[in-house]
Amino acid sequence: MEKRSARNAREVVVPGDLLDDSGMNAGSNAYVHNGKVYAGILGVKNVYHDTVGVIPLGGRYMPTTGDTVIGVIEDIGPSNWLVNINAPYPAPLHVNEVPWKVEFGDTSKYLNVGNVVMLKILMVDESKKIQVTMKDSGLRRIEGGQMVEMSHSKVSRVIGKSGSMIQMIKNLTDCRIFVGQNGRIWIDGDDENASVAVEAIKIIEKEAQSSNLTERVENFIKNRLPQKDNDREEY
Amino acid sequence: MSEHVISEIKRDHIMNLLKEGKREDGRGVDEIRDLKITAGCVESADGSARVKLGKTEVIAGVKIIPGTPFADTPDSGVLTMGAELIPMAHPSFESGPPGEDAIELARVVDRGIRESGMVDVKKLCITAGEEVWMCFVDIYALDYDGNLFDACNIATVCALRTAVIPGEQYGKGENRPLPVTCTPISVTSVKIGNDLILDPNFDEEMISSARLTVTTDDEGNFRAMQKGGKGSITRDELSLCLDRAVEKGKAIRKIIG
Amino acid sequence: MSGHTDMVLVDKKGMRIDGRKTDEHRPVHIEAGVLSNADGSAYLEIGKNKVLAAVYGPRECHPRHLQDPTKAIIQCKYNMQAFSVSDRKRPGPDRRSIEISKIIAEALEKVVLTELYPRASIDVYIEILQANAGTRCAGLTAASVALADAGIPMRDIVPAIAAGKADGHVLLDLNKEEDNFGQADVPLAIVPSTDEIVLLQMDGNMTRKEFDKAMDMAFSACHEVYEIQKAALKERYAIAKGDEDNE
Repeated sequence: MEKRSARNAREVVVPGDLLDDSGMNAGSNAYVHNGKVYAGILGVKNVYHDTVGVIPLGGRYMPTTGDTVIGVIEDIGPSNWLVNINAPYPAPLHVNEVPWKVEFGDTSKYLNVGNVVMLKILMVDESKKIQVTMKDSGLRRIEGGQMVEMSHSKVSRVIGKSGSMIQMIKNLTDCRIFVGQNGRIWIDGDDENASVAVEAIKIIEKEAQSSNLTERVENFIKNRLPQKDNDREEY
Repeated sequence: MSEHVISEIKRDHIMNLLKEGKREDGRGVDEIRDLKITAGCVESADGSARVKLGKTEVIAGVKIIPGTPFADTPDSGVLTMGAELIPMAHPSFESGPPGEDAIELARVVDRGIRESGMVDVKKLCITAGEEVWMCFVDIYALDYDGNLFDACNIATVCALRTAVIPGEQYGKGENRPLPVTCTPISVTSVKIGNDLILDPNFDEEMISSARLTVTTDDEGNFRAMQKGGKGSITRDELSLCLDRAVEKGKAIRKIIG
Repeated sequence: MSGHTDMVLVDKKGMRIDGRKTDEHRPVHIEAGVLSNADGSAYLEIGKNKVLAAVYGPRECHPRHLQDPTKAIIQCKYNMQAFSVSDRKRPGPDRRSIEISKIIAEALEKVVLTELYPRASIDVYIEILQANAGTRCAGLTAASVALADAGIPMRDIVPAIAAGKADGHVLLDLNKEEDNFGQADVPLAIVPSTDEIVLLQMDGNMTRKEFDKAMDMAFSACHEVYEIQKAALKERYAIAKGDEDNE
């Protein structure tokens, strides 16, 4: 079983590596030169039907419309806040996009530098100018708990297939967890449970490349936090 | 710069942990991070050391060249220290001539070395009143995760201990080890809320209100101190910092060997 | 370049003072991902040169007036540390390091997909810890590994190496003595997948024939350095694969 997963290990490619010379199409992070497909970023080679591309192993988070992210307020203007969302550019949050009625110049009464907010990316235009909103269900200011930061490219592993990984961690640790697409993860719960959840997420970050991760993380949590019978049934 | 902003969640988390005497990286309040020293790493220098204190990394190099002594100390060598907070080390560091932080850092390191008499400057005289050895220490921060004071102090001490006076290069006699007499070690504490912690990382340093660097010599006597930050410390807190500086100074001296 | 010496730089058998053949480069060692704050980094040794490169970005461009609304700009700072050379170098930029920074940034501009990040800046910092001729090539070679390590989209990785002339012989990758007392130095950087030239300088005195020979040597050495660059990156990211095999 373990041997098989090692054999399935996907190929790490670097910029300029030849991905295909048999006429496949260039997928994301790949480019064509003289009919051949080359890697355009450091990552893992990804073949899907007749397309070959690269899944990045790191790099800056680039916002996409519809992403939910965790931001830190880094500056305040009279009618907006500047939010650090781990992207190349800070995101302006306009007073019209918060769930409160804010008078001109009153911005700091609502959100201050260092406050942490859950946001949704409303729009990213061609010149990569970003608009974000806090006016959507579930979006709010978050307080307490802990925040873990990792490469945005590993967020999908933390979430797992249709949310299986994150749901399992939430169930076993009884924590509130919010995963931002920008690589920031917020965890809140009992001291011991929260620290186990944080460790579990750090394991995923470290071993994002490997398979059977859900099983290993599940065993890790169960080892650290012996589950009550009814909890197990519930899961 | 955005990187200066520490989120409220991080700040509260660090402070809550401290209430139970815990820290984010699992250390106790009086524990320093892992220390890795690579001495003699730069052959073009007359002495050098690269030091990693946790994720903080610095490099120090010594250049020793003949020069003119100061008029008031005609038979003493000259010791000069400079530190650069280069933008490689942290997103908030900008290129340009050393700012006040870099200058304070170099001066605090310098004071510990100078006041302890670590380098025997009397033995650096070539011709009294005319020519002496001038010893330049240049320190660069390479990766900044807090507590540059202690990392730079250790790097400087290790670079000086391995330094060789390049007599042959300048036709001034044989090469000989730089005469050093002791190992001055600085230990830095910061105050967060009402707690004092040793060897702060970046986040801890950012939310601290005051800082105290204490340099001791081999006998555990005090040779230099510097209080920094906008907050204050009490007499009792000072006393705790001094005790810890003596104790940890001994431990660090042991690692250096 | 203009110095004179009685030293024999290349002996009758075509052997150089450090034991290399005329078309042999010094040993190259590269390690990717050596710093924690930088988005990407690399440490490189070639012979007695020791170089650190770090990349931050893409991030907001400072100063703002340098922003380009259509693409990211690459800003490079090449710096020789005070103790990296035999006479202490005064800290701070000089005309030489400003020029080198400029041509390195321009060489990297060719491969980085800057149009993906309008208004942003990609900042490349090169610190020379120890210098022994060939630091601009060493710096550029390390910087392109650091860029790839930072996950920056790019067409290819840029290797660089110098060729030159000493004692009347065309030599690859001059060391300090050959550089000081030689007759020519030609640093070169290329895009290996297309063999395009992205950095080229020359000083000294060479015939067309000698220059062509130097180019041949440098091109083929660039391809060798390129393999070392790629291996360094793959080794860094192979750690995750190691975990997989162990678990």
